[in-house]
Amino acid sequence: MRIGGLKETFDGEARVAVTPSSAGHLQKLGHEVHVETGAGARAGFSDAAYERAGVTVHPNAAALTEAVDVVVKVRPPTDEELARMREGQTLISFFYPGQNAELLERARDLGVNAIAMDMVPRISRAQKMDALSSMANIAGYRAVIEAANNFGRFFTGQVTAAGKVPPAKVLVVGAGVAGLAAIGAATSLGAQVYAFDVRPEVAEQIESMGAEFVFLDFQDSQDGAETGGYAKPSSPEFLAKQLEKFRELAPEMDIVITTALIPGRPAPKLWTEDMVRMMKPGSVIVDLAAERGGNCDLTVPDARIVTENGVTIIGYTDFPSRMGAQASELYGNNIRHMLADLTPAKDGTLVHDMEDDVIRGATVTRDHDVTWPPPPPKVQAIAAAKPKPKVKEPTPEERRAAEALAFRRQTRSQIGMLVTGGVLMLLVGLFAPASFLQHFIVFVLSVFIGFQVIWNVSHSLHTPLMAITNAISSIVILGALLQIGSGSALIVILAALAVLMTAVNIFGGFLVTRRMLAMFQKS
Amino acid sequence: METTVITTSPAGMDPVVAPASMVEALPAYGFTSAVYVVAAVLFILSLGGLSGQESAKRAIWYGIVGMALAVLATLFGPGWGNWWLSILMIALGGVGGYVLATRVQMTEMPQLVAAMHSLVGLAAVFIGLNAQIELGRVLRARLNEATDVFTGFAAVLAHKSPAEIAMLKVEVALGIFIGAVTFTGSVVAYGKLAGKIDGKPKKLPGGHMLNLGAAILSLLLLILCVAGWGPTMLWLILLTLVAGFIGWHLIMGIGGADMPVVVSMLNSYSGWAAAMIGFTLSNDLLIVVGALVGSSGAILSYIMCKAMNRSFISVILGGFGGETGPAMEIEGEQVAIDAEGVAAALNEADSVIIVPGYGMAVAQAQQSVSELTRKLRAAGKEVRFAIHPVAGRLPGHMNVLLAEAKVPYDIVLEMDEINEDFPSTDVVIVIGSNDIVNPAAQDDPNSPIAGMPVLEVWKAKHVFVSKRGQGTGYSGIENPLFYKENTRMFYGDAKKSIDALLPLID
Repeated sequence: MRIGGLKETFDGEARVAVTPSSAGHLQKLGHEVHVETGAGARAGFSDAAYERAGVTVHPNAAALTEAVDVVVKVRPPTDEELARMREGQTLISFFYPGQNAELLERARDLGVNAIAMDMVPRISRAQKMDALSSMANIAGYRAVIEAANNFGRFFTGQVTAAGKVPPAKVLVVGAGVAGLAAIGAATSLGAQVYAFDVRPEVAEQIESMGAEFVFLDFQDSQDGAETGGYAKPSSPEFLAKQLEKFRELAPEMDIVITTALIPGRPAPKLWTEDMVRMMKPGSVIVDLAAERGGNCDLTVPDARIVTENGVTIIGYTDFPSRMGAQASELYGNNIRHMLADLTPAKDGTLVHDMEDDVIRGATVTRDHDVTWPPPPPKVQAIAAAKPKPKVKEPTPEERRAAEALAFRRQTRSQIGMLVTGGVLMLLVGLFAPASFLQHFIVFVLSVFIGFQVIWNVSHSLHTPLMAITNAISSIVILGALLQIGSGSALIVILAALAVLMTAVNIFGGFLVTRRMLAMFQKS
Repeated sequence: METTVITTSPAGMDPVVAPASMVEALPAYGFTSAVYVVAAVLFILSLGGLSGQESAKRAIWYGIVGMALAVLATLFGPGWGNWWLSILMIALGGVGGYVLATRVQMTEMPQLVAAMHSLVGLAAVFIGLNAQIELGRVLRARLNEATDVFTGFAAVLAHKSPAEIAMLKVEVALGIFIGAVTFTGSVVAYGKLAGKIDGKPKKLPGGHMLNLGAAILSLLLLILCVAGWGPTMLWLILLTLVAGFIGWHLIMGIGGADMPVVVSMLNSYSGWAAAMIGFTLSNDLLIVVGALVGSSGAILSYIMCKAMNRSFISVILGGFGGETGPAMEIEGEQVAIDAEGVAAALNEADSVIIVPGYGMAVAQAQQSVSELTRKLRAAGKEVRFAIHPVAGRLPGHMNVLLAEAKVPYDIVLEMDEINEDFPSTDVVIVIGSNDIVNPAAQDDPNSPIAGMPVLEVWKAKHVFVSKRGQGTGYSGIENPLFYKENTRMFYGDAKKSIDALLPLID
């Protein structure tokens, strides 16, 4: 198959769907790779670099579209680009079928097989072609860089001869891929990072990236995760509680990066105007949700504004594009993984297997048919979360009460045992002869000593312990030795046998223990 | 315990009388008791010394010296006789023990320990029966208003009051009962561990009711003995047989992987049997040592049960408890990997944890594992071993095997010491273990092993499971670990698999 990478026509778009390195991989799958001239220019890939990688360069979009079977690009196709395509051609790009119903219909009418990179299901197997994640990762990183660029101070705290510099405090709202990338970038710059998410299960991920999870004390702290690992809308009460927490944090924060998105809805408003007003002058807000209306009330999409109190709000929507080379590299890899799945035999023939969850999910039009939305995937994106019994942090009073209760219970059971034991002892004492009791005291004390001593034995020495206890339990040899002098022949025989057996045990037990212990070597 | 003359005229059997000079030369009773005190202290020190690998090497000598002192004191103490026979038997036994101890393979330790328990049990039975025979003689002598000069043990018996004699009978019966259970139980455990008896749980029809019936019968026999109805000796022999049946049937009903508990339980019983014999013979050293060994075995059993999150009763009654619901469904598939893949991951890894299990012992792979460890450590990687308390067929079995293969003991860690380190570990290699690394114990409340503490290997970045083939572990439970995304199955004989890895490690 011939695969062609179009040059992006969208203003300011620096990405490209095929890079020289991804072209090499595509060729290994048996494909021929073509690009439009200048396609990679803004991402830093010259036509010459493509040609060196064995890619055919076409002078314009029309010629390229004509020459190839599969068109790959980044942004959804424009009407013009779509119009150039012919029946049976395959298009792989972002598509956003939910928002672009018209485009979907046109693609269907034209008979174009459209594969939407944004519809790749979120299952483990498809992670390598999950372009949303790879782009979000870049956006998160870039958001921190943009914030640093607009923030007039250090991120890291320092004590210098010229004075002390406190570390910047960064709040990341929404710990998806972009949020986690932002946390990673901000912590590695040395900032103190706080992060919030409605899905409590991401707390661990947040902490693993080095940020502090902003804990929201909310009754039946509901699980804000929906299948697919995305967030779902929160209840009004929860939202109110959340905003209250943010208000508390706003005056302290130097940088706020918001990444909260709910699939198929406008971005939730989480950073209100009054919070912006509470922030210190010079603070920076980066709103990664600007394209969908923004998480901050004051965000202006595609613009950087400064409020009256000196807070910079960045509403760029082209973060990945601002890192064109990196973004193209990752997107190119996503595309080639998608094509690799479409070329199972690695022989350059596309097999559009509609039984495959990933391919089925990403395909939005096929053979004059709209195949969106896809049926739910056979494999759940993330195993359905088990209803976790919530471990409530006990208050100090509760803890003290629980300890007191445990102590009382322990005391009671100990007293109970002592009393039972004592009564039993008394009963034995009433009937058993005194000589027995003398020995019995020795017995009980020995049991106590045994328990104390044996608890200290190292686990790794349990086998030697068994061997040595074996040897010393053959102390019954004493009994046999005492009896062997008896006048009865039968007793002598039995006692002699007992001596023989216990002697085997004594010697065998001690020797084998010694053998074992000698093997334990320190490194 | 001096030589006691009941009446003056010797008749019937010739008693063996200690040379008067000897008895007088030594303040006999005091001397022996003093030695016994020393021996008891030495035994306690010897067990206490096992708290560390280095002090253990000294502790064993305490045990040896203690035993030597105790035996010598008894031989030269009062009431001795048939000196040459004793020495001969000890010498014969010593040779046997020596041969056994030097020839045994470390993988055969469980069966050796079980076999030794059976000897203690049988010896206890013999001594108990002897006590009864001797008692019979003494009583007959008393009845005849006669006649014997009793020495040794018989002399002690001759002093006893009727109440003491009743007590003695109880002690004898209990000693015989425990001894016989230990004997047959250990023999079965030996057979199972050595593979001479099928390891699967087997019960006669009637199951535990049969055991219960036998136990009640034993109690009846005990009462008959003490009350003195009928021929006491016959009752005791019957008791021996019934107790032997209980031991045999009980252990037959317990499966192979529960053997660590069984062996430590028998260890405990052998101690209690010794303590009972101590009561019978009024010998405090026996009581002390028996109690020490008994509690030691009891603690070991407790630790093992704890490690399986099962009660002692449920282990002894055999089999796993009823399931409480359908097991969680496992998604995904087992993905196999070859030696090259494992080696590549190992070469890249910085930290490696190896989790050995019974499978390693079966495949005799410990030398190869040790070699692998050496190579990885030489390459500057951190290699450690994680030992679950019930790994293998004997408490501490894995430690001994690894020690034999010259794996330094300071990199061999217990479950509690290492469980928190799995998330920061690059590669975990599971060799021949299954249930002890089963995440279902934590995730699936319906799993038969739910709540059992397990090694959390699945938290590591990569897990390689060396296993003979697909299939469930001893408990027959599916292991979701094998289906996890970061798990790869390294099928094949453990020794061959590890040997295949060795040349591929840089």
